[in-house]
Amino acid sequence: MKKQIIVNDNPIEWKKNLTIDKILKIMNYSFKMLVIKVDGKLIKKDEYGTKIVPENSDVKIIHLISGG
Amino acid sequence: MKISQKDFFSKHDPKILPIIRKATVGIAGAGGLGSNVAVSLARVGIGKLIIADFDTIEASNLNRQQYFIEQIGKPKVIALLENLKKINPFSEYQIHHIKLNEKNIPIIFKDVDILVEAFDKAEMKKMLIETWLSEFPEKPIIAASGLAGYGMNELIHTKKLDNLYICGDEITKLKNNISPMAPRVGIVANMQANLVLEMLLM
Repeated sequence: MKKQIIVNDNPIEWKKNLTIDKILKIMNYSFKMLVIKVDGKLIKKDEYGTKIVPENSDVKIIHLISGG
Repeated sequence: MKISQKDFFSKHDPKILPIIRKATVGIAGAGGLGSNVAVSLARVGIGKLIIADFDTIEASNLNRQQYFIEQIGKPKVIALLENLKKINPFSEYQIHHIKLNEKNIPIIFKDVDILVEAFDKAEMKKMLIETWLSEFPEKPIIAASGLAGYGMNELIHTKKLDNLYICGDEITKLKNNISPMAPRVGIVANMQANLVLEMLLM
């Protein structure tokens, strides 16, 4: 079985040196205002390019929309 | 007209009322979401509400926010305090006329049991959520995302990510210069208020 992570409940293939930026590209997410958690832990924007997401991680990406 | 606290709470569930009366809930923003959340939580009888907003009332706000024509020009938190006291004078309301940022959020809301995110702009929502999750990871925050337009009841939902909750449809965007409408923003605000109760009474 291929190594994987879960992104918003969808399994995607895990590769070495997988960063948040790469995940956003794979998922085709172009939104700007995101809140991202990896295994329940908040990941801030300055870590999107550097934080390596380990195999089997549960990644949650929330897209925030203006209006209130 | 004067009413007694006993009369006000006479039809509340006596099993849950003591918990509600002891609770402190924060509301960040007093616009379409915040003013509606505050009115519901005041009616319910939450013991203390801490509400912060920097804005003043404009005529265009009256399409969805819990204010009146004669309050135009007033700071929203001042007008909201007036209105909440008219609805339920038996709860405590602490207001802050201030623009919230990473530094003052942890100070203003440090004593709340639950924080409600009720901002308009997405970048402010993100700032508040990230500040809260970093400073108080053990305390719930209930945010809203996606409430523009009308109809589509079936798309509105609640999502839970540990202590972060999102109410809304997570898809509908605002059109340029067009504000959300009373029904949908009211629904999402009341979903947030409903979730506050559920969490307090868990």
